Amino acid sequence: MKLDSKIPEGPLAEKWTKHKFNLKLVNPANKRKYDIIVVGTGLAGASAAASLGELGYNVKAFCFQDSPRRAHSIAAQGGINAAKNYQNDGDSVYRLFYDTIKGGDYRAREGNVYRLAEVSVNIIDQCVAQGVPFAREYGGLLANRSFGGAQVSRTFYARGQTGQQLLLGAYSALNRQIANGKVTMYTRSEMLDVVIVDGKARGIITRDLVSGKIESHSAHAVLLCTGGYGNVFFLSTNAKGSNVTAAWRAHKKGALFGNPCYTQIHPTCIPVSGDHQSKLTLMSESLRNDGRVWVPKVARPGLKAKDAAAIPEADRDYFLERKYPSFGNLVPRDVASRNAKQMCDEGRGVGSGLAVFLDFADAIKRDGKKTIEAKYGNLFDMYQQITGDNPYEAPMMIYPAVHYTMGGLWVDYNLMTTVPGLYALGEANFSDHGANRLGASALMQGLADGYFVIPYTIGDYLAGLPTEKVSTDRPEFKEAIDKVNGTVQKFLSIKGKKTVDEFHRQLGLLMWEFCGMSRNDAGLKEAKQKIQTLKTEFWKDVNVLGGGNELNQELEKAMRVADFIELGELMVDDALNRTESCGGHFREESQTPDGEALRKDDQFTYVAAWEFKGENQPEELHKEPLVFENVKLTQRSYK
Amino acid sequence: MKINLKIWRQKNKDTKGSFKSYQLDHVSADMSFLEMLDVLNNELIHKGEESVAFDHDCREGICGMCSLYINGRPHGPQQTTTCQLHMRTFKDGETIVIEPWRAKAFPVIRDLVVDRTAFDRIQQAGGYVSVNTGGVPDANEIPIAKKVADEAFDSAACIGCGACVAACKNASAMLFVSAKVSQLALLPQGKPERKERVEKMVAQMDEEGFGACTNTGACEAECPKGISLTNIARMNREYFGAITTSYEVKVGGGD
Repeated sequence: MKLDSKIPEGPLAEKWTKHKFNLKLVNPANKRKYDIIVVGTGLAGASAAASLGELGYNVKAFCFQDSPRRAHSIAAQGGINAAKNYQNDGDSVYRLFYDTIKGGDYRAREGNVYRLAEVSVNIIDQCVAQGVPFAREYGGLLANRSFGGAQVSRTFYARGQTGQQLLLGAYSALNRQIANGKVTMYTRSEMLDVVIVDGKARGIITRDLVSGKIESHSAHAVLLCTGGYGNVFFLSTNAKGSNVTAAWRAHKKGALFGNPCYTQIHPTCIPVSGDHQSKLTLMSESLRNDGRVWVPKVARPGLKAKDAAAIPEADRDYFLERKYPSFGNLVPRDVASRNAKQMCDEGRGVGSGLAVFLDFADAIKRDGKKTIEAKYGNLFDMYQQITGDNPYEAPMMIYPAVHYTMGGLWVDYNLMTTVPGLYALGEANFSDHGANRLGASALMQGLADGYFVIPYTIGDYLAGLPTEKVSTDRPEFKEAIDKVNGTVQKFLSIKGKKTVDEFHRQLGLLMWEFCGMSRNDAGLKEAKQKIQTLKTEFWKDVNVLGGGNELNQELEKAMRVADFIELGELMVDDALNRTESCGGHFREESQTPDGEALRKDDQFTYVAAWEFKGENQPEELHKEPLVFENVKLTQRSYK
Repeated sequence: MKINLKIWRQKNKDTKGSFKSYQLDHVSADMSFLEMLDVLNNELIHKGEESVAFDHDCREGICGMCSLYINGRPHGPQQTTTCQLHMRTFKDGETIVIEPWRAKAFPVIRDLVVDRTAFDRIQQAGGYVSVNTGGVPDANEIPIAKKVADEAFDSAACIGCGACVAACKNASAMLFVSAKVSQLALLPQGKPERKERVEKMVAQMDEEGFGACTNTGACEAECPKGISLTNIARMNREYFGAITTSYEVKVGGGD
């Protein structure tokens, strides 16, 4: 299989404009003859469904939650980047492009990233027009802040709830199309397979989570906007329901999976408090604008936050400021996370030993409590609610946690997977962040894909497709339904001894230990073997009570965990194959003398795209070479 | 700590439900309320009993999915979402009663899970600005005073959980509806449609079977996001302004 990224020829800045002109259009009168399925209603899904409905297509949108407004985009805190240069501080489309390519450690496509930077400015306009209440200055214009890894202030925000406000904006646009009859919304519906007819994606199989009914839906194209797979680690900052199932089932139907090992570990999360922990909570990294990260110079086991103030300045190690004087506390996430881990590995962690301080004492002294409260009030409240400690009085304790997955379904420049008619948008695809995502870029990418890319690129595909619908009576649908029913029945019949959560937790621990913040050959090989054992055990010994024809949350979880286990193995394969370190993927065998990630550009400047070859068969690796015509590959340095 | 639980169990919307009692012997004070239920469910499954169904997703207080009525109060004794409630709030040996949201417009689906699609339908009736993707002015074209933007944000912070309805003796949805009406009435982008919007949203709210507002203020007191009663006052003003001028709107079409 030859992977064609379909990046347009020509100068970087003209690629998208030229491409848009070259894309075929669907006649306005014909748009209503095409049906499009959108799975997932986060930023990518809701914006795509709304925009496609506005254009006149018939859209069916699906989400597993009780309302499209609950998608996990809602939890994004910090902000959204856009190259508006409202602050006159030297930003530009090119600079945002450059920062994103560099931040991704030169493992993303130039063409995609430039387009992302280019449309970023339209996103802000769109959201303001919808009534998104971004933060403003006293003069009435939009406020910006600088955000993880950027030296310009290009991040737009709505207090610490930017994702919520952007999602509610997209949700409102979606609602308008639902009211107009252009979008039909299916809530509490989970996609369990994609249906391929004559080599093209022509529909999906869903389970109605309330009645348990397995249903077929046919369409001319299918968009997967189903988010990332961070929950493979069990503990992550993702919502409990976030899962890989839709993407994984698509993968098993022929869509290649790109760079599965690229995982982002976020540096500023609330540390784990005990074995009962069900998820981890992120504190926006905007906190690093004013908070200073430190540990004691000499190990102080069990040091509590309330005793931190008693440690004199001279005995503190502000390790990020010390090691990276020009970026200080604002180094990219992977660098900040690894350094925190290193401090704790050295025994200088605080609290449980797996935590570092994030201290606001200086910021409060400098700007006053009121200013800090206005900026971060809700985050401080959240921290206090969860930990019982007051961050205005004592430093926060933070530790890295899995937050985002840069890998995902392989897509070309048009966001189409290797299955014709099957698209992947937002975090579900692999395309724009390379090996590491910059802060405030996830929201940007989700909305770019949904509002400003797919409405153009899908037309090119549909224009060449007859308007005739395919019937869900076709054998391809029947076969897929039978398979899903079979899986449901299988789970209900195992009646084993362990709960789904117990298996999931076990998988998560394995992944965190061997395929987490740092990875090595021996560990990954051990993990692969352990995951295979876990898989066998899972299918023999899981206990799913209740029936298939009712609301059954254990059954929902079981189906998701089954897919996570398979994905986990592929992540390990990918991490084994990539013997370089890059971005969020740190191979202990490949580091510079001072412990920074060391890329091997001569061997690994490619996208690893994996092809499913059958149950329990090794997947086949395909390589899409990454070509850099504008940016010179350098060792990232934030010193 | 030890905790006694009385939990509403109901197979589906058509069957009658009842309380069932459970006991948990090893609850950590650091657990979140939902983690305590995870522990219960894990124990139940090992005993061969079906787990308690409850809605939850982000577990960080923003998605609005969790919805438990705890000891007679939506989201329990603190003004937070259920997922942000921690067991340190409760006493050793305490009995905790857990029910689903109680409102006619929120029928029970199973155990503690209710159907809140009525909220979506109200938003679909008018909770938006009618702009298509593309073709909008530059984001800084219309300055908005910081005070106004902040106030609009305060209203927009609603997470749509439904605690306001569950808290209200009339099961009124006024706080929820007024939050969206306020946000868009305050901002210049929402002004062109403000009259139709409030009329349509209120009409849909009535059609869904929510009760009337009698200004008790329980909604505000229980709202995990601190949405203020001022929103209701503003919506009333918007509504009277709308119906006394020339707009005539019917739900489901308009003429």
